Amino acid sequence: MSTEPDLIIIGAGPAGQAAAVEAASHGLSVLVLDEQSQPGGQIYRNIARNAANESKLRDILGRDYMRGAALAREFEKADIDYRAGASVWQVDPNCAVSFTHNGTASQVTGRRLLIATGAQERPVAIPGWTLPGVMGAGAAQVLLKSSGVVPMGRIVVVGSGPLLLLVTQQLVDAGADVVAMLETTRTADYLAAAGTLPGALRAPEYLRKGMAMRRRVKAAGVPIHSGVRGLAVLGSETAKGVRFGHGGAMQEVEADTVLLHEGVVPNVQITRQLWCDHEWVEPQRYWRPVLDEYYNTSIAGIAVAGDSAGIYGAEYAAVAGRIAALDAACSLQKISAADRDREAAPLLKQRAKYQAIRPLLDSLFRPNPEILTPADDDTIVCRCEEVSAGAIREGVRLGATGPNQLKSYMRCGMGPCQGRFCGLTVAEIIAAERGESVRDVGYYRIRPPIKPVTLGELAAFDD
Amino acid sequence: MYKRLPEGDDLSVTFDFEGESVSARPGDTVAAAILVSDAGHTRTTPVTGAPRLPYCMMGVCFDCLMEIDGVPNQQACLVEVRDGMRVKRQVGARGVDE
Repeated sequence: MSTEPDLIIIGAGPAGQAAAVEAASHGLSVLVLDEQSQPGGQIYRNIARNAANESKLRDILGRDYMRGAALAREFEKADIDYRAGASVWQVDPNCAVSFTHNGTASQVTGRRLLIATGAQERPVAIPGWTLPGVMGAGAAQVLLKSSGVVPMGRIVVVGSGPLLLLVTQQLVDAGADVVAMLETTRTADYLAAAGTLPGALRAPEYLRKGMAMRRRVKAAGVPIHSGVRGLAVLGSETAKGVRFGHGGAMQEVEADTVLLHEGVVPNVQITRQLWCDHEWVEPQRYWRPVLDEYYNTSIAGIAVAGDSAGIYGAEYAAVAGRIAALDAACSLQKISAADRDREAAPLLKQRAKYQAIRPLLDSLFRPNPEILTPADDDTIVCRCEEVSAGAIREGVRLGATGPNQLKSYMRCGMGPCQGRFCGLTVAEIIAAERGESVRDVGYYRIRPPIKPVTLGELAAFDD
Repeated sequence: MYKRLPEGDDLSVTFDFEGESVSARPGDTVAAAILVSDAGHTRTTPVTGAPRLPYCMMGVCFDCLMEIDGVPNQQACLVEVRDGMRVKRQVGARGVDE
């Protein structure tokens, strides 16, 4: 690539697409790098194809999903250099981005960078979660959106959060056989969340939607057990069922597929690799980059918008992307600060509305403490290197004070996922064992390449 | 075990998985096509050789690592199926090229 783009955006979900459209409309040259083959991110995954076909799938996925079609059309029409299937494996503080696209590695330096890499499902480390037949509830939804595929046989959904309810409802609507919903949300969580209700009522449609989803799942005859504890997936070669404690007794339910979900957490891999400042967020217990009012990180020229900046959902993400793009246009002197603030004003209003439900969701659907610090020492925590909760506790007894030391003792976080699926759990266990806060225990140092890159690709480096 | 909704029945793409022919819908990822074909696991782990299937379907868990057209350690959930593609399980860690 010969010319330096004004703005490089990593990710083509709602935040990345909206930012690209907004920035291009102010005359910025924009390069968008996205790992998927189609724009939309995970929330609007495969939106263009699904919007083009009249189908039952559209009804199943619902109006909130179909809302992504308008943004996808804007994105397609705008003057944007969009590379699908581009995997970013290193980012430097001067906005140089190294990535592989069509088997060729290259590097491009932007004048500014916006990271919009979204969220991932929180790791749900319970016994048996590595067995074939177990996947994230979000993963099952990806299969539905991208391929019109649903699990066959008996499905048990386990965990908490709005997405768990939505996926369950969609599977039921698609005719899949959901035999039980095991909610980890307890009565105490409802009571603790009561104080957030007045704020949530400023945007009551979210509450109405949540209650409607629950009614549909119940009406379909799916038994819902709330406040379950002592969860374990049963089976040796593949998942055969779920064991759970409910109302003082242990029970078992047979299943062919087990879908786990305990909310989503920001994808901080790039901001961590960059050594941006991060902060710990309660009560959802995740890290996010420290940002100013225009989503700028602690590194000049680099901003983060969307769920990778903290979990606020798709509509908020698109607004945040536009706000970040306005600031990028201002800092590159395409618009004045006064223009930026004038154009941002209605966006800030929308943002406040999309934010209104979050304190309720964050408080009500706080992660089940059992998955944060798995009690059973045999539970795999690091899926890649197969490091158990017991091995992590042993590492702490041997003197490891934080995740990085533990990584060198036990190899957790050293596999291909680079801690994406164990980092939070490892830190929680260390904190619990040492009687410290996770905030003080910290997180893995993430080093490039953050995605696998072959020596062959590097040898053919095209700069 | 997975099944397609009725509208997902345009199975016009054919690829090879471990010597078996697998049909898929255009736009399927390799990971989705393997799941729905019920062809067994996508990889085995380097430490204990345990079988794994995709967990996240969005490029973060790496349990869908496969060898695609001779290139090991590909995230099968990020690669769309193409006619004539050759797909193998990733068995343990990738080797070093001779």
